Amino acid sequence: MPDILESKNLQQLIEVLSADGYRVVAPTVRDNAIIYDEIATVADLPKGWTDKQDGGNYRLEKRKDDAFFGYNVGPHSWKKFLHPPVTRLFRAKLEGNGFQVVPEVEETPDFAFFGVRSCELHAIAIHDRVLIDEQFVDPVYQARREKIFTVAVNCGQAGGTCFCVSMNTGPKASFGYDIVLTEVLDGERHYFTVETGSEKGAEVMSKIPLRKAEAEESETAEKIVAETVLQMGRYLDTTGIRDLLIRNYDHPRWDEVASRCLTCANCTMVCPTCFCSTVEDVTDLKGHAAERWRKWDSCFTLDFSYIHGGNVRSSAKSRYRQWMTHKLSAWIDQFETSGCVGCGRCITWCPTGIDITEEVRAIRETEVSD
Amino acid sequence: MLGRANPMLPMICGIERVKRETHDTFTFELTPPCDYSFAPGQFNMLYVFGVGEVAISVSGDPSKKEALVHTIRAVGSVTKAICKLKGGGSVGVRGAFGSDWQIDKAVGKDVVLVAGGIGLAPLRPVIYHILANRAEFGRVSVLYGTRTTGDLVFRREIEQWRGRFDLDFEVTVDTASADWRGDVGFVTTLIRKASFDPLETVAMLCGPEIMMRFSIAELKKLGLTSEQIFVSMERNMKCAVGFCGHCQFGPAFVCRDGPVFRLDHLEPLFGKHEI
Ligand SMILES: Cc1cc2nc3c(=O)[nH]c(=O)nc-3n(C[C@H](O)[C@H](O)[C@H](O)COP(=O)(O)OP(=O)(O)OC[C@H]3O[C@@H](n4cnc5c(N)ncnc54)[C@H](O)[C@@H]3O)c2cc1C
Ligand code: SF4
Ligand code: SF4
Ligand code: FES
Repeated sequence: MPDILESKNLQQLIEVLSADGYRVVAPTVRDNAIIYDEIATVADLPKGWTDKQDGGNYRLEKRKDDAFFGYNVGPHSWKKFLHPPVTRLFRAKLEGNGFQVVPEVEETPDFAFFGVRSCELHAIAIHDRVLIDEQFVDPVYQARREKIFTVAVNCGQAGGTCFCVSMNTGPKASFGYDIVLTEVLDGERHYFTVETGSEKGAEVMSKIPLRKAEAEESETAEKIVAETVLQMGRYLDTTGIRDLLIRNYDHPRWDEVASRCLTCANCTMVCPTCFCSTVEDVTDLKGHAAERWRKWDSCFTLDFSYIHGGNVRSSAKSRYRQWMTHKLSAWIDQFETSGCVGCGRCITWCPTGIDITEEVRAIRETEVSD
Repeated sequence: MLGRANPMLPMICGIERVKRETHDTFTFELTPPCDYSFAPGQFNMLYVFGVGEVAISVSGDPSKKEALVHTIRAVGSVTKAICKLKGGGSVGVRGAFGSDWQIDKAVGKDVVLVAGGIGLAPLRPVIYHILANRAEFGRVSVLYGTRTTGDLVFRREIEQWRGRFDLDFEVTVDTASADWRGDVGFVTTLIRKASFDPLETVAMLCGPEIMMRFSIAELKKLGLTSEQIFVSMERNMKCAVGFCGHCQFGPAFVCRDGPVFRLDHLEPLFGKHEI
């Protein structure tokens, strides 16, 4: 049986985490969107707000209740904290005929991620595969990753572009959290069921006022998540998808989608699993000191595939194809998992509303064999 | 591998000697980082202070541990900056990265090396290895094509190799000046003339993709299968360790799974446009 945290005591959870030295980052309203940033109190959470999402569309609306987590995922993802958009890799200094490399000594913040959705836990697990589980380890990611405290939230509603059920990634958190909450609004009652997923989580829970849940309370919470599953408006059939896309590299649908794609790279920026980066070198005015920076990059830019003599992927068609086949097909070869967690961000934030579930369906239904 | 703790951090290596190969290509001898070793076909990331970092294959003799050798053609900002460096200067080195030519698979067989332009550089370690272990291999042909006679690298060494009876080293240029007495035409024409047993041959190809495509077609016409053909791929590379995503070719990371691939591992995508 889970424990119960009354909604009026949610603030204490934030306080305990802060007292334990964590920087609490959570959803908060900024410029008409729910983004992730550091918060001080529950008042910074998007209480009473929800997000209406559809292809190319995102809008905040007031809810009829005071839910703290009554919305889904916005334009940010936790990757901005674990795999920062800009990082300095090293500095270098001229010395005599040569130079010296000065490694970074970064104070890595201890983050408490507050309000992580199931699809996002899967996205973090995917980045673990990419950045620490392979032959090489990215020290920037690893240092941050090791220290996070994760408060997950089971989804009490499906967003307009969500399809986690198809991808087997939600809406109920099944791993990768220290604590998981389910928010229940039941008439006058407003509480959270709380479960722990780690020793760290149990320790934090021992410091907040909890009581054991009644059977009926726990059932209500289960029912809320079950209803979220039924609400899921989008569906992506993943049967044999790896081979489906390899077979259809020359499908005319790629030309069709390219006629709508602006190659703006929005989808890659908002996607919680896209990890690509580039590097930039800078020097001071005298040329005595240099720095090397890593920045998020996107396979939608023309430069991305540049090699002497030209860009390998110069057409929009080839760049969209690269993105989608990487997510849904090549990723499986590379990391033994899909690269898509069904969070729907790429659909919502595409200025022309291109929908990855629709693109897969179109190819599947009109497959041409060569 | 160097710098296991932080694979993005270069080691600093001094430049011992620079040799001019052509108007735009230079061979650098670096003091190798301690414990450095490589297998033919592997590459390093070379960093020029304040300018950037590029992928460059090792072009030296794998049995000679005292020097780390690279042959670099100046084509853009970083390679031009490297080619301006002199003996006594230094560069940052990360590596060795990637897959190698798997020369052991060619033992007991005929070997055909096909190189286009600077593509001879990553194959030179194979030539060194074969010549040092000559009895292990059957007939060995090196087929090398460049655009003009002025683009031929390793000229003196090639002359020595051409004088050997146990190595068939053929050179062709796309367009020749009046004093050229060798072959003129694409490197594919040399494939037809080379002598090897198609059933018992391993071919290794490095050069522009279009040249490799035509060479593969020619080799297959003669009876080689994809399993007998190895190619070295070139893609944009920012990290060499599987983090940056730039080098992808379908399911492969060229930096990690390549640059050398057995052709059947790249099929069916190899030869398709804009992969
Ligand atoms: C595995 C591998 C081995 C290589 N071995 C050699 C070698 O032995 N000798 C040699 O002369 N060249 C080699 N190259 C090619 C060399 O990396 C490019 O010529 C070099 O990156 C060009 O950089 P630039 O800054 O001088 O050119 P610019 O045109 O200014 O390039 C700008 C950026 O584009 C990217 N880029 C451009 N061309 C290439 C390219 N061909 N391959 C990868 N990235 C590119 C780089 O990130 C570069 O920083 C190799 C490439 C690869 C992938
Ligand atoms: S995709 Fe699923 S887990 Fe993610 S926000 Fe939507 S409902 Fe929640
Ligand atoms: S591809 Fe789209 S739906 Fe899938 S994880 Fe990325 S942003 Fe979410
Ligand atoms: S070069 Fe960065 S992933 Fe291969």
